Amino acid sequence: MAFDYEKYLRPGKLPHIWCPGCGHGIVMKGLIRAMDTLKLDMKNTAIVSGIGCASRLPGYIDCCTLHTAHGRAAAFATGVKMAKPEMNVILCGGDGDGTAIGGNHFIHACRRNIDMTYIIMNNYIYGMTGGQFSPCTPTGHKASTTPYGNPDPGFDIAKLAIGAGATFVARGTAFHANQIDKLIVEAIQHKGFSVVEILDDCPTTYGRRNKYKSVIEMMNRLKEVAVPVKAAEKMTAEQLKGKVLTGVLYKEEKPEYTEEFAKVIERAKASK
Amino acid sequence: MEKTLPKIEIIEKYCKGCHICVEFCPTKVLEMKGFVVAVKNLEACIKCMQCELRCPDFAIKVSAE
Repeated sequence: MAFDYEKYLRPGKLPHIWCPGCGHGIVMKGLIRAMDTLKLDMKNTAIVSGIGCASRLPGYIDCCTLHTAHGRAAAFATGVKMAKPEMNVILCGGDGDGTAIGGNHFIHACRRNIDMTYIIMNNYIYGMTGGQFSPCTPTGHKASTTPYGNPDPGFDIAKLAIGAGATFVARGTAFHANQIDKLIVEAIQHKGFSVVEILDDCPTTYGRRNKYKSVIEMMNRLKEVAVPVKAAEKMTAEQLKGKVLTGVLYKEEKPEYTEEFAKVIERAKASK
Repeated sequence: MEKTLPKIEIIEKYCKGCHICVEFCPTKVLEMKGFVVAVKNLEACIKCMQCELRCPDFAIKVSAE
């Protein structure tokens, strides 16, 4: 039988606002399938987002949702999780929202290892605000604010998250739609801060300026650059040039923040 | 054994005509009819569900018994 996505969507919200061919819809479907696999209680699940195209996602899903200030998803979500540690907290947003405007909140949420899942839809650009270059825009590529090519080197979100202390880091692409829900399931099950970066396409503000003729060309590019972690082990450095690793990139067990904070409260009470 | 055909439901008011389903269908079951997608050759469908999985707009539902 066809998967019933509508059970998880707010009635009357479709068609969504994303442009034709935008991968955010594919990621949202992946998230819904992951929520279905885990049988998450919608009343006990919060999706928190900032501002941007990707951050419109919580508006469509029928659970507890919070649409906050630009880049501040991690800050608000930390508040939700601290107030209700039993709640499943999922964050979502784009690359500009998560790593530039909210870069500070992002690294500190990683450092604290608070039990949340951050889904970053990396489309290499600020889409909604008019196609400005983001920290993930590759060097030399064009955006509305870099018409002669972007001189900045880009961020590697997965490495940034690992360096900042996230305990589960995975990467997928909008083309490999089967993989998205599996990565999100594993990320939600992981106790600690988990980051899932999904490489996405923005045909309207990024593809158009960077000589991608169609959505299909952008999807094919994602297909070509993605190399699964296991396959990469057998490849040489030369073969891996220009490729992006996908799958679960990093996993470790560390004390979780809300549990550690509960111990601090116990200690403070005992010392009175 | 007789082959049972799947049911491909297309919700035209959701379709934005991005071509993803048409292009990535391995057996070319779908085609563009104006701005929206339509079923061209249902017989060829192998029920891989790739169109349903990749449609960003929730516009395709494939039911296979």
